[in-house]
Amino acid sequence: MKRSGALLLFPLAVLLSGCDLVVLAPAGDVAAQQRDLLVVSTLLMLLIIVPVMVLTVFFAWRYRQSSTTATYTPDWDHSTKLELVIWAAPLLVIICLGALTWLGTHLLDPYRRIDRIEPGQPVTQNHKPLRVEVVALDWKWLFIYPDYGIASVNELAAPVNQPIDFRITSSTVMNSFYIPALAGQIYAMPAMETKLHAVVNRPGTYTGFSANYSGAGFSGMRFAFHGLSDQAFADWVNQTKSAQAALTRESYLELERPSEHEPVRHYASIDPDLFGAILNLCVEPGKMCMNEMMSIDAKGGLGLAGVRNTLPLQYDKVARRGAVFGTDPSYVASICTAEEAAAASRAARNDDDRDWPLRDLSPLRGVGLLAPGAGTRRADAERPSLGLLRFEL
Amino acid sequence: MPESLTKFIFGRLTLESLPLHEPIVVATFVVVALGGLALLGAVTYFKLWGYLWREWFTSVDHKKIGIMYMVLGLVMLLRGFSDAIMMRLQQAIAFNGSEGYLNAHHYDQIFTAHGVIMIFFVAMPFVTGLMNFVVPLQIGARDVSFPFLNNFSFWMTVGGAILVMASLFVGEFARTGWLAYPPLSGINYSPDVGVDYYIWALQVAGVGTTLSGINLICTIIKMRAPGMTMMRMPVFTWTSLCTNVLIVASFPVLTAVLTLLALDRYVGTNFFTNDFGGNPMMYVNLIWIWGHPEVYILILPLFGVFSEVTSTFSGKRLFGYTSMVYATVVITILSYLVWLHHFFTMGSGASVNSFFGITTMIISIPTGAKMFNWLFTMYRGRIRFELPMMWTVAFMLTFVVGGMTGVLLAVPPADFVLHNSLFLIAHFHNVIIGGVLFGLFAGIAYWWPKAFGFRLDPFWGKVSFWCWVLGFWFAFMPLYILGLMGVTRRMRVFDDPSLQIWFVIAAFGAVLIAAGIAAFLVQIFVSIRKRAELVDVTGDPWDGRTLEWSTSSPPPAYNFAFTPIIRDNDAWWDMKKAGYRRPLSGFKPIHMPKNTGTGVILAVFSVALGFGLIWYMWWLAALSFVCLIATAIGHTFNYHRDFDIPAAEVAQTEEARTALLAAEGARA
Repeated sequence: MKRSGALLLFPLAVLLSGCDLVVLAPAGDVAAQQRDLLVVSTLLMLLIIVPVMVLTVFFAWRYRQSSTTATYTPDWDHSTKLELVIWAAPLLVIICLGALTWLGTHLLDPYRRIDRIEPGQPVTQNHKPLRVEVVALDWKWLFIYPDYGIASVNELAAPVNQPIDFRITSSTVMNSFYIPALAGQIYAMPAMETKLHAVVNRPGTYTGFSANYSGAGFSGMRFAFHGLSDQAFADWVNQTKSAQAALTRESYLELERPSEHEPVRHYASIDPDLFGAILNLCVEPGKMCMNEMMSIDAKGGLGLAGVRNTLPLQYDKVARRGAVFGTDPSYVASICTAEEAAAASRAARNDDDRDWPLRDLSPLRGVGLLAPGAGTRRADAERPSLGLLRFEL
Repeated sequence: MPESLTKFIFGRLTLESLPLHEPIVVATFVVVALGGLALLGAVTYFKLWGYLWREWFTSVDHKKIGIMYMVLGLVMLLRGFSDAIMMRLQQAIAFNGSEGYLNAHHYDQIFTAHGVIMIFFVAMPFVTGLMNFVVPLQIGARDVSFPFLNNFSFWMTVGGAILVMASLFVGEFARTGWLAYPPLSGINYSPDVGVDYYIWALQVAGVGTTLSGINLICTIIKMRAPGMTMMRMPVFTWTSLCTNVLIVASFPVLTAVLTLLALDRYVGTNFFTNDFGGNPMMYVNLIWIWGHPEVYILILPLFGVFSEVTSTFSGKRLFGYTSMVYATVVITILSYLVWLHHFFTMGSGASVNSFFGITTMIISIPTGAKMFNWLFTMYRGRIRFELPMMWTVAFMLTFVVGGMTGVLLAVPPADFVLHNSLFLIAHFHNVIIGGVLFGLFAGIAYWWPKAFGFRLDPFWGKVSFWCWVLGFWFAFMPLYILGLMGVTRRMRVFDDPSLQIWFVIAAFGAVLIAAGIAAFLVQIFVSIRKRAELVDVTGDPWDGRTLEWSTSSPPPAYNFAFTPIIRDNDAWWDMKKAGYRRPLSGFKPIHMPKNTGTGVILAVFSVALGFGLIWYMWWLAALSFVCLIATAIGHTFNYHRDFDIPAAEVAQTEEARTALLAAEGARA
């Protein structure tokens, strides 16, 4: 019996050895911690699952009708002790798992800056993060490097052992930005910004893609992610800078049109306000930016005069048709000059940098765990706390 | 004809809307059309139209409506499964630069249609059909609370199914995924009719589902036989009650969110657009506030089936009835507190994500308790491995794996790496096939003799069972592995050739499942042929425990000649032990509802209304809307809604059964 089981498992083992279970063997510390949590949770649950499966088979066999030795108690339907056990056993597992979840979710919150490069190596003031602005387009990815003034399409590069701060948005529909080897995914949504913090520890080329269906060209929406040594990354930056193209609002609008299987492209220079404009849906000249509109509304709005502050829309994305009974497609016209809008947008975005350099780099721990981004830790955090809650992934 | 007139009559429907350029669709159409014509021809040839109309289509008998729901579910299962096997084939061959045999336009419709059909038009009709058939019998009632509403609900569900099927041949279906997230499903990115088909098919069917939910709640609350307190209700009735509470509480949310989407698409509001203050995240939240309870709407009644089956075939009272009931109620309540786990990756804060992750895990506690209750019902029982019990054991072994991966996905950091991957696909097929489908097959095999008076053929049942169970493991275990390799869902082509072997194995599993479905159809066919051999005149072929087994198979139109009086939660078992004898005289006339065709007519107008709205044929929409309202008002003036079955007829029916039982007794 045992031998035949092993024989059955053999082809499976051969198959598995030939494939790359990237989720279980990632190259980045964040993904590795997520993997650890996944494995620990599975093991915890197997504590219940395995006995249940064994008991099912055993009872089904033991109490089969043809068995002559098994006891038969047709009216036995209650046992307080047994009931306590069958509610308590899953409860205990879930209490452990719940504690793990609470800690793990806070520690691995994609919005929280990472506090270690890899186990035993905390982030220091020397690890200034690489900022990357990610835009999901139909159906390709645009990566803007504001620190270097360059951009690339369908190719992402980052130095190893250096924190990466992603700011993510989308131009038209929802996508999900996912590099399994690096870190878990986060949605890319139009007119919204999501964040992801990660680090890559092993040099190499990995696959990234959209993990949320976004239309006809979705299958081809893949890119290469290069984890590079510092030197190789500097070379990559220089190589990108030597490209001819520049990413301006005009060339972005051209790039934004739907296309599939785009080759890798590099841009030697960028419009520094472009990402803010994409995020606020105002790349087209003369359109009011969303943040501009919101700050006007916050101050009481333009009143009735504002209702008429629209212009007919000539081109918006791909197929703006308007609803059959709706008004003609239109947009809200900007009421300040492009420079003013850009300056306001820049000022708003610079607020994000206020939390750099980090004030407190000690790892989050147990009781007194703070919401990510909160300033100082509670005074009682240093007091002794439950061992379980001190568990650190 | 001037162009404006054509446009007025046909809206945006043109000859180009017919998918004549897609050979696969044309071939499908030819096959469906020929099959349909053959069916219609046969019905006409055998002069069955009058019979079908009088005895079935207009029937308000909950048993017949239940059976019609099951037929609808089965027909739509064939459609939904065709989609599945096409996807498996595409993914198995689209490697090494091959585009496969489906283009994006077609493939994207297929995975959307597969999801929509399997949930709304396979699982829902099956579950509703089972509840419709069984619940009134289990509580000793003669019909549901609102028999006409029941017929109307069924035909609205059919109406939705017809709209989905029409989209295959007239126009196209949505290319958005089964929940149609905006902005992709908005007018800007899906300007064609696909999403409109989606909206109106679900709205029409949703009316039916909501009304049938209200109907069954009233039935269970108000129509139980005397003595059947809430805590003496059979577990299947309890789970049905909870499911219908969920339906009534959650389907209006779906209706509302689809209405908002329709407004965005038709009148240019901006609820879910990117511009003008719209927010697609609101749609995602709202649709999952319906969507998560929906999962429990599907599974809870099947938990009930497993309870009935385990207890009957173990020959034992159900272990822990009270904790079973409370577990069901706890699941019902908790299912409203977990919807966010479908989109941890949307960027909520860590505390929000952990809250929803932990509530999700808490659901596994009552579910685990249920699992143990079934186990300890088997413990010290005398288990007969008839088909329903085989499905139950297969369920217990399969479902725990799906439950485990589900809890795993509820851990937000783990979800970040597995969300939208094939691991997720494997997980929910693991619980839906391993739980809902296996439960339905158990339920069908269990109650078939009650519905038709003969058992299902066990040989073909076992063939179907093994094909399904093995097919499931072959089809979905590779998807778990692919998910761990970082493969995402809804992909049409792949670059990495090392993945192909897993997709080939999965396709093989799908072929096994196809064999399982075929064997199930053969089983029905063979059983009908051999019905004389498989006949059961006792009405109680499994030595049952609940009330439905106390009446004849199939039950008379009035179910019970005398309303039974209940003293125990295994009512029929208790009656048998107490030496119950069928009353043979003293019959009284029985007050029953009358058949009506209004449900069919209302559904026809609803389909026409939907079709008009989809194709912008405003005259058709307006006309059918007016007719719809007029028919509904007209029906309120129909005062001939009930009749009495004369005492003599009841006596005659009962005497016939007495004679049958006596003959059977003499033979034994």
